[in-house]
Amino acid sequence: MFSFTVRSFFQKLVTLFFISIISFLVVYLAPGEPSQIDPLNPKFTVEDLQRFRQEFNLDKPLHEQYYLYYKNLFTGQLKSWKDNQPVLGKIYERFKNSLWLFIVGTLITWCLSFPVGIHAAINRGSVFDRTSTFFAYVLISIPSFFFAYILIIFVVKTFNISVIGMQTFGMSGADSIYQIMDRVWHLVIPSILGALGGIALLSRYVRAQMLEVIHQDYIRTARAKGLSEDQVYYKHGFRNALLPFVTMFGLILPGLIGGSVIIESIFAWPGMGRMGYEAILARDYPIILTINFMAAVLVLIGTFISDLLYMVVDPRIRL
Amino acid sequence: MINNDNDTTDLHLGMAEEVSRFTEAWRIFNKNRLALWGLVIFTVFFLVAVSGLVLTVGDNPVLDPAKVRLSEKLLPPVSPVDTEMVKPEDRPFAGIYLLGTDDLGRDVLARMMQGAWVSLTVGFVAVGIAVLIGIIMGGLAGYYGNVRINFMQLLAMAAFFTSMVFLISGQKEMAINFMTASALFVSFSIVYYFVSVKGSGDPGAMRFFFFDTVSVDSLIMRFVDIMLCFPSFFLILTVVAILPASIYNIMIVIGLTGWMGTTRFVRAEFLSLREQDFVSAARAMGIRDMSIIFRHMIPNAIAPVLVSATIGIAGAILTEAGLSFLGFGVPPPHATWGNILSDGKRFLFDAPWLTYIPGLSILVVVLAFNLFGEGLRDALNPRLRKR
Repeated sequence: MFSFTVRSFFQKLVTLFFISIISFLVVYLAPGEPSQIDPLNPKFTVEDLQRFRQEFNLDKPLHEQYYLYYKNLFTGQLKSWKDNQPVLGKIYERFKNSLWLFIVGTLITWCLSFPVGIHAAINRGSVFDRTSTFFAYVLISIPSFFFAYILIIFVVKTFNISVIGMQTFGMSGADSIYQIMDRVWHLVIPSILGALGGIALLSRYVRAQMLEVIHQDYIRTARAKGLSEDQVYYKHGFRNALLPFVTMFGLILPGLIGGSVIIESIFAWPGMGRMGYEAILARDYPIILTINFMAAVLVLIGTFISDLLYMVVDPRIRL
Repeated sequence: MINNDNDTTDLHLGMAEEVSRFTEAWRIFNKNRLALWGLVIFTVFFLVAVSGLVLTVGDNPVLDPAKVRLSEKLLPPVSPVDTEMVKPEDRPFAGIYLLGTDDLGRDVLARMMQGAWVSLTVGFVAVGIAVLIGIIMGGLAGYYGNVRINFMQLLAMAAFFTSMVFLISGQKEMAINFMTASALFVSFSIVYYFVSVKGSGDPGAMRFFFFDTVSVDSLIMRFVDIMLCFPSFFLILTVVAILPASIYNIMIVIGLTGWMGTTRFVRAEFLSLREQDFVSAARAMGIRDMSIIFRHMIPNAIAPVLVSATIGIAGAILTEAGLSFLGFGVPPPHATWGNILSDGKRFLFDAPWLTYIPGLSILVVVLAFNLFGEGLRDALNPRLRKR
């Protein structure tokens, strides 16, 4: 078990090294340079260009840039090209906002998918099963930005509340209870939208797992013993179906960054996805690179955690 | 008692009727109502897209997606053209705007038809690229997985890729240095091969440089793992935003970030096929590896690839729409459903059809592809068939 952990850890370290190279190359190999972003600007003289390139190490050979970039990143000295603020500080500010969306979205996903998936599996072929299957496909297929607009119009017209941004303008002087309620309202809609795809996929997966388990011999044994249906499904079935999901706790980590770009842009939510989008618009390489790199690192950490969890939960792995 | 003449026919009586693989798959697929609808919509979409291409190209197309009529802007669907304001040659087909007009008075129907073709090609080409890479990588990992790469080959490959990187970044000297190094390693390998393998001479100390490192399988699969770590949409967005805007770049980038799933499927299929008797038989007959792979193994491994390709097309269409929505999609002369929607969102209250028509179209088409793909999976998967 210990050797497995160590081996897995070193494998992840090697992967991390290659990830650092690829995420660096993806950005730096692109044609053109950020210094050329506005060549027609008369105020941007050749000397300015030289200074810019020198300031941000763009005049150095590629491997030196690579070294300097990661050295600066890990020592926390990496600066954004746009406003010269430390990248890690900027990302941390946005990370706090994204975290809320992520937590609420994950809670919604997990609380909805399990009941729906289990119910659909138990009543296989019923009206509920077929409708939930169909709606799962609809949720996977609907463009999130299109659905976001429908939902915004619906909520704004029926409840008369604003949902764009993190809080309603001019609310800062109100009582804290109003402010909290306002924040909750602003949080719910983007979280639901972010969670939709996850709900669809996870509920399908729960259903498949549950169906797999229900046909096992020990379920028949449990029934033959004369247990009640609830006990059969929830005590004998569900517990065994849970196995793969324990490991998925590790895999939800990457959701912190990926996939939130569109939703955060629509709702003007100052999170990491929107920050990445703004950085792309401004060709702010350090931020783009750091976000890509951090997302990949989160995936690595997630898989590492899920490997460990699997070892704890499933003794067969340890053999 | 026993009639010998009937004996041969009687043998068939007890057996099940011979059913071809396709008929069997179709029988299962036919039962799946949703998947059947998916196939129908898929066919309709394909016809619309092809006719969209035919009707919107040329100097004087039947449906002109680029014709600007400023007097006719933001007309609701099924509104007739104003014959006093618009010259006869500028009028839409049959004198009616079937799906309304946008903020520049362009015919939405024509733009949707053109967009259908663009969406279709983006989806098919992107997935085509992904599937091609996936089959090659998965085939290599599955068939030649046990082959070990020796140290010198690894060095040569690393030097080659480094030299490519420097070449692209414009540092000629470093590129040439690494290319020379790579060539050196390769020639060293060739010398070693002729001395030790062909000439059966003693390589002596040279052997030190040729110890086995990783296997082909682990090299490719670790690369897949690395690629899977990146957040795909953000990566695509980054690359597309940095590269010059063009429809081909979008197809290529979506394709280059989507091959990992296919690689895994093909590898898994190849690993199990490799051990089967018909492959051993083919090998025993002395058929070349390439022929075994392409003639015997790929046709047997294609089912999961087809399924993931169908679902992949749905994903590619959604990704393209998302990119267009953020302003990094297919550039303006081409209309796509994504950028019609993205332009139309500014008129959400004045002209809701500009949002709903492309939005619902994307939904229906992507849904059809997903349902069709899932139906295909059930029909082609023998493991599920037994239940």
